[in-house]
Amino acid sequence: MREPPPLTAPPLHAPPRHAGAAVRPALSEPVQPSLAAPAPDLRAQRVAPSVQKPVAAGWTRHAAPERPPEPQPEPAPKPRQSRPARRREVAPSRLAYRMERLWLTPMFRVAMRYGMPVLLVALVLAVWLGNDARRAAMANQIAEWRLAIETRPEFMVSMLAVEGADPALDAAVRQVVGIELPQSSFHIDLDATRARVATLDAVKDVQVAVRSGGVLAVTITEREPALIWRQDSGTMALIDGDGKRVALILERADRADLPLVAGDGANRAAAEALALVKASGPLQKRLRGLVRIGERRWDMVLDRDQRIQLPQDNPVSALGRLIALDQAEDLLARDVKTVDLRLKTRPTLRLAPQALAQMRRAQGLETAESDL
Amino acid sequence: MTDLYHTQRAMRNMRRAAMQRGVVAILDIGTSKIACFILRFEGAERLREVDGVGSMAGQSQFRVIGAKITQAHGMRYGEISRMAEVESAVRTAVQGAQKMANVRVDHAIVCFSGGNPRSYGLAGEVELMDSVVTEGDVGRVLAACEMPDIGTGREVLHAQPVNFALDHRTGLGDPRGQIGNRLSCDMHLLSVDAVVVQNILHCIKRCDLELAGVASSAYVSGLSSLVEDEQELGAACVDMGAGTTGISIFIKKHMIYSDCVRMGGDHVTSDIAMGLQISTAKAEEIKAKHGGVVATGMDDRDMIEIGGDSGDWEKDRRQVSRADLIAIIRPRVEEILEEVRARFDAAGFDYLRSQQIVLTGGASQIIGLDGLAARILGQRVRLGRPMRIRGVPADRTGPSFAATSGLCLFATHPQDEWWDFDVPAERYPARSLRRAMRWFRDNW
Repeated sequence: MREPPPLTAPPLHAPPRHAGAAVRPALSEPVQPSLAAPAPDLRAQRVAPSVQKPVAAGWTRHAAPERPPEPQPEPAPKPRQSRPARRREVAPSRLAYRMERLWLTPMFRVAMRYGMPVLLVALVLAVWLGNDARRAAMANQIAEWRLAIETRPEFMVSMLAVEGADPALDAAVRQVVGIELPQSSFHIDLDATRARVATLDAVKDVQVAVRSGGVLAVTITEREPALIWRQDSGTMALIDGDGKRVALILERADRADLPLVAGDGANRAAAEALALVKASGPLQKRLRGLVRIGERRWDMVLDRDQRIQLPQDNPVSALGRLIALDQAEDLLARDVKTVDLRLKTRPTLRLAPQALAQMRRAQGLETAESDL
Repeated sequence: MTDLYHTQRAMRNMRRAAMQRGVVAILDIGTSKIACFILRFEGAERLREVDGVGSMAGQSQFRVIGAKITQAHGMRYGEISRMAEVESAVRTAVQGAQKMANVRVDHAIVCFSGGNPRSYGLAGEVELMDSVVTEGDVGRVLAACEMPDIGTGREVLHAQPVNFALDHRTGLGDPRGQIGNRLSCDMHLLSVDAVVVQNILHCIKRCDLELAGVASSAYVSGLSSLVEDEQELGAACVDMGAGTTGISIFIKKHMIYSDCVRMGGDHVTSDIAMGLQISTAKAEEIKAKHGGVVATGMDDRDMIEIGGDSGDWEKDRRQVSRADLIAIIRPRVEEILEEVRARFDAAGFDYLRSQQIVLTGGASQIIGLDGLAARILGQRVRLGRPMRIRGVPADRTGPSFAATSGLCLFATHPQDEWWDFDVPAERYPARSLRRAMRWFRDNW
C-alpha cells in the first residue's frame, strides 16, 4: 500500500501531523540494521521488493499502522521546495509519442512543410475565388491598379520626334506613325511602329525608341536616289543604288543630275548601271542613258543616236576597251550608228547609211540602194 | 515449436528489412534502466555477406546515432511486472533516442534478462544424401536434433548450432561443401518462460515498434565483455544487473551454457534501505558513493550522513560508519556470488580448460568486488567493460551497458540459429496446401 507523500513540510516546532508520526517514536531507537522492519516510509515513492530472506530472528512484517483521523490540510498547500529522491522522468503520452514518430517520418515532414501550406493557400484562394462577383471585382481592381501605374507621368509619351528626314518625308512619317499622343509608353508597340514606317519607299532604315522626357524618337536613314528609271509605261522613278524605288518624278528634268536607265529589270541591275556610268568617263558628256535589253545586258545610248551594245559579261571592261579605241581612233566622233561589243573577239560597227555609201564609193563598189 | 520457428523467421525477415532501411533500435530492457540505442547501418558491407566479423571488429558497418537511458519502472527480476509503466519507460527511451538521432525507427531488437533461462545441449545426426554437405543438409541435421522436454509454457529463445562433426572429424565451424557420410551437430538451446517473452512482445507492439529480434542479455553481454581469445578459449561472463545476475559460458566463440541468478544490485539497495531505514533512492545513492565489500580499519571512522527529511532532527541527523554499510552490502554480494558459484558447479565449469571469469554489469562496479569474487569463484577473475561501440556517448560505455553494447554487436552479426536454415521439405505437414488455402482466405 502506497501513501501519497505529504504535501507540506511540517514545521519543526509543531507537533507532527502526518500519519506515520504515531508510530515513529517506537522506531526512533538506535538503528539496528538487520532488525529493522520495512518501515512505512511515506516518502518513498516505491518500496523496493522486500527480500524474502529473514536475516535474523524477530523479523516480522508490520501491519500498516492505525491512522488517527487526519486533520484537514491547509487550503493552499505549498509545494515542497526540494525533493531528495531522483525525479522520475516524465514519459511521453501515447499520443505525443505517436505524433513525434509521425513527425519524424520523412514523407510526412515534407508534406507538412511544403504540401500543407500550399494546399491551405490553394484552398483559401479556391473558396474565395469561387464567387463570380468577387472574381470580377478582383479583376477590376487589378486592371485599375495597372492603369494607375501605366498612366503615371513618368511613363507618358507626349512628343514625336522624327530625325533624319526631309520635310516631305517627315510629314509622311508622322502620318504613318499614327499614334495619338500623349499616350502611355506601355501601350505603344514600337516594333509595329517601326514596321509601319519601314514600308515607306524613301526610308532605308528606321529606329524607333522612347527617350526620356516622354519623346518618341523615330530616327530615319533616307534612301539616296542614284538613278532615274524610266519604265516602259512611261512613269519615271528615282531608284537608289540597290534598285529600290525612292520616289516618283514627273519629268526627266526634275533631276537632270542623275543618269537615266530604261527597260524592264533595269532596277535589278542598278549597281551595274552605276558602274557603267562611272566607267564611261569621257563619254559622260554625251551619255543619254542606259537601256536594259531583254533584262540581260545593257545598251549605252549616246547623243546623235549612237548606241553602244555592251556584252552581258564584263560590260565595264568592254566599255573600257571602246573608250581606249575611241581615244586612239576617234571612233565615236565618226558617223557610226552602232558599236556592237557583244562578241568580245569581234567588235562590229554599223555605219550610218550615208557613210556606208560613201565608203563603198571610195572602194569603188556600186550598190543599188534606195534613198530611204 | 513450429509456431516459434515461424515467429523467429518472421523476426529474422524483419531484421533484414531494418538493415535494408538502415536504422534499427536496440532496446535493452533491464530491471533498473531501459536503454535505447539507434543503430544506423552504413558502408559497403551493409548489403552483402562478409566472412568473419569484418573490418574494425565488425563496426565499420554501423554507428550509434541516438542513445537514451531512462529509469525503468515496473520491472522485477528482468521481467515485466507492470506493463503500463514499462511501456511508458520504453516510450521515453525510444523517443529520446529518436530525438537525438532525428530519424524514426520502426524495428527494435530487444534483450532482457528474466524468464528463468535454462540451457539444454542437443545433438542430432543424419546420413548425407550425397557425399557433399549442402545447406539443406545443415537444416536437416539441425531439425534432426531431438527436442528436450523444456516444460510447458516455455519458449526457445536461442537455438544455436555450436559444433558440427562430419564422420569422425569434429570441431567444424562450417561443414558446407565438405565431404563425408554422416553429419552430426551439437546445438545449444536456451529456453525462457513464454509469458515473459509474450509480455515483452506485447509491450514493444504497444510502442508501435516491430520486433526484429530477441536475445538473452546474459548472452549479449558475454559477446561484448569477453575479448576474442576469451570467447575462443573458454570463459564465463557474469553480468551483474539490478534484478538478476546472468551467467553465460563461451567456448570456441559459441555460448554453450547460460543461467541466471535472480538477485542483483537492487537487492543490495533494498538491504541498505531496510537496514538503515532510509528511502530506496537514498540507499542507492549511498551504495554508489560509499559502497564497498572489503572493510578496513579506516572505514570504522568514516562516518556517512544518511540523512532523511522526516522533520525529526534525531532521525534526519543519523550517521553510519562505512564499515556498517559494508557489513550490510557484503553478505548480499557474497550470497549472489555463492549462487553464481553454485550455477557454475552445476554446469561443470570446473571441467573447462580455461576458467576465466569476467564480471560485468552495473552491480560489478562496487569497490573491491574483484577480490571478493576471486575468493568465491576462483582466481581468474577480472572486471570487464564492454567493447566500445562507435558513436556511443562516453558516459554510456561503462559496465552497466555491457548488454546494450553486446546487443549492438548481436544485431549486426547475429549468430546462426536453427531458424536461419530452411526446414527440409519432409518436415512440413502434409496439409500445407490446405494451410495455404486458409492463409489465403484469412488474408483476402
